[in-house]
Amino acid sequence: MADPMRIRAQAAGDKATVRVLMSHEMETGQRKDAAGQTIPAWYIQQVTAQLNGKTVLTAQWGPSVAKNPFLQFNVKGAKAGDKIAIQWVDNRGDKRSDEAVVT
Amino acid sequence: MQTRRQLLSRSAQVAGMLAALGLLPGMARAQAADYNSAAFDAKTLPDAMKALGAGAPVESKDVTLTGPDIAENGAVVPIGASTSLAGVKRMLLLVEKNPAVLSAVFDVNDAVEANFSTRVKMGQSSNVYAVALTGDGKVLYAVKEVKVTLGGCGG
Repeated sequence: MADPMRIRAQAAGDKATVRVLMSHEMETGQRKDAAGQTIPAWYIQQVTAQLNGKTVLTAQWGPSVAKNPFLQFNVKGAKAGDKIAIQWVDNRGDKRSDEAVVT
Repeated sequence: MQTRRQLLSRSAQVAGMLAALGLLPGMARAQAADYNSAAFDAKTLPDAMKALGAGAPVESKDVTLTGPDIAENGAVVPIGASTSLAGVKRMLLLVEKNPAVLSAVFDVNDAVEANFSTRVKMGQSSNVYAVALTGDGKVLYAVKEVKVTLGGCGG
């Protein structure tokens, strides 16, 4: 299980800005190790976000998203006290899900 | 005579199609449910568009791409894509000269603004594209050249 995500969601007016920092290697499958062996690709493929249990965002990522990915998006109609949940699935089938409250 | 690049791209395409059909059970299991491998394996912009079922893109002022002019470290390049257009269904981020051009796909719906920021890796100085796919089939893009002083894809 990967390390937890850091999620910050701040309400401003009728929307909330959500910033997520995920902890993931995001190996491209292009690099080689010291012995000249290609390091297999290992990256987040799918990211979803829910506001109070309702899916608001789905994203698909390729291996060219940076290591320990950062993601920022704006959710309409979110207010302080609402719950934001973020999940990701990587190409090995590993999953991680974390929650934060909008402030 | 086929170049190695063509060969690799074909085999990747075939593998992607097979995986999509569930003919490669081992691979299919490792993939997230509706992951569009064909698009993410595409080596050129037109290929990526085709794999996503989108038409030829048209440059538009309504799509905004934010990013640095010069990125010191190609492993972490902050890129933002946003649009003021209504009816956008998807936003894409592409880096032209990366081994696979497509970086990220964001599905837009009523509950979320078409404004996303993330960080991508860039192998070398290249054009970065933000593409908006609208519900009525329009494909609009903004482009920005980002110079990279240290690549982020090699070893």
